[in-house]
Amino acid sequence: MSQEYAVARVVVDVMLKPEILDPQGQAVANALPRLGVAGVESVRIGKRIEIEFAGDADLEQAQEIADKLLANPVIEEFTLRVEDGPA
Amino acid sequence: MRIGVVTFPGSLDDGDARRAVRLAGATDVSLWHNDPDLRRVDAVILPGGFSYGDYLRCGAIARFAPVMESIVAAANAGMPVLGICNGFQILCEAHLLPGALVRNEHLHFRNRDQRLRIESSSTAWTSGFREGQEILIPVKNGEGRYVADAATLDELEAGERIVARYLNGNPNGSERDIAAIRNEAGNVVGIMPHPEHAVEALTGPSTDGLGFFTSVLTHLSAAGART
Repeated sequence: MSQEYAVARVVVDVMLKPEILDPQGQAVANALPRLGVAGVESVRIGKRIEIEFAGDADLEQAQEIADKLLANPVIEEFTLRVEDGPA
Repeated sequence: MRIGVVTFPGSLDDGDARRAVRLAGATDVSLWHNDPDLRRVDAVILPGGFSYGDYLRCGAIARFAPVMESIVAAANAGMPVLGICNGFQILCEAHLLPGALVRNEHLHFRNRDQRLRIESSSTAWTSGFREGQEILIPVKNGEGRYVADAATLDELEAGERIVARYLNGNPNGSERDIAAIRNEAGNVVGIMPHPEHAVEALTGPSTDGLGFFTSVLTHLSAAGART
């Protein structure tokens, strides 16, 4: 078996704030009836960003990256979590 | 008078902005995104385009360019700064102006000649216009819808910081038909449509855009006379 290096991965999800109109999500929602799908109330589209640290995950640094660059707090909110890499 | 125009990787309208500066009677100075030196300019224009490919969000990466650190400091010290289109997005990302610019409501890129009403002439860039004056300049954007929370919008209205509004149809769903805003001091203005494309009868729908570039010269002369 090959040696797997531990990767500390932080996953950041960025979403438009609920009060900000998401026309991309609306376009997808409007296409759903063509798939024969009914009963979907709304669709909203966001971004998922994976940050891999060499060594341990630095949550504080990830928080700063998300707050300063990945999300614009005027229009977006984000959540972040550590995801376990291959052992 | 020396007016700087920043070129970022992906800027498109820096050439036209420099040309507008020359037509207004000033010396145009090229500024480079990766160089913090503002080369003794009296004012700065952030032009339209797609800085750094607009990857992540429009203007998000440009905000961290070395030249922006100097511009933010200069703007806070009173230097006139005009952000056009992508430049407006950068000013919002850099927190020199409130709010943000997001995807057009209808998702289409809009490219047309757009009528605007100048709502505030108390800025470095619009002092040559009359309040209520209607102008015609091109608009071209895919992410030009101005948004801010209701409190910020009310504050902009109350402080007469809405500089121009769209007339005869809002091209992107912008809140309260906002096409341009200013900071509290009036030296920083962000505008979505393109005054630099309306400076000559041959190539523009009007020459109404020239007023932005001549206004700042008048402003700078007056400021120079005061000191």
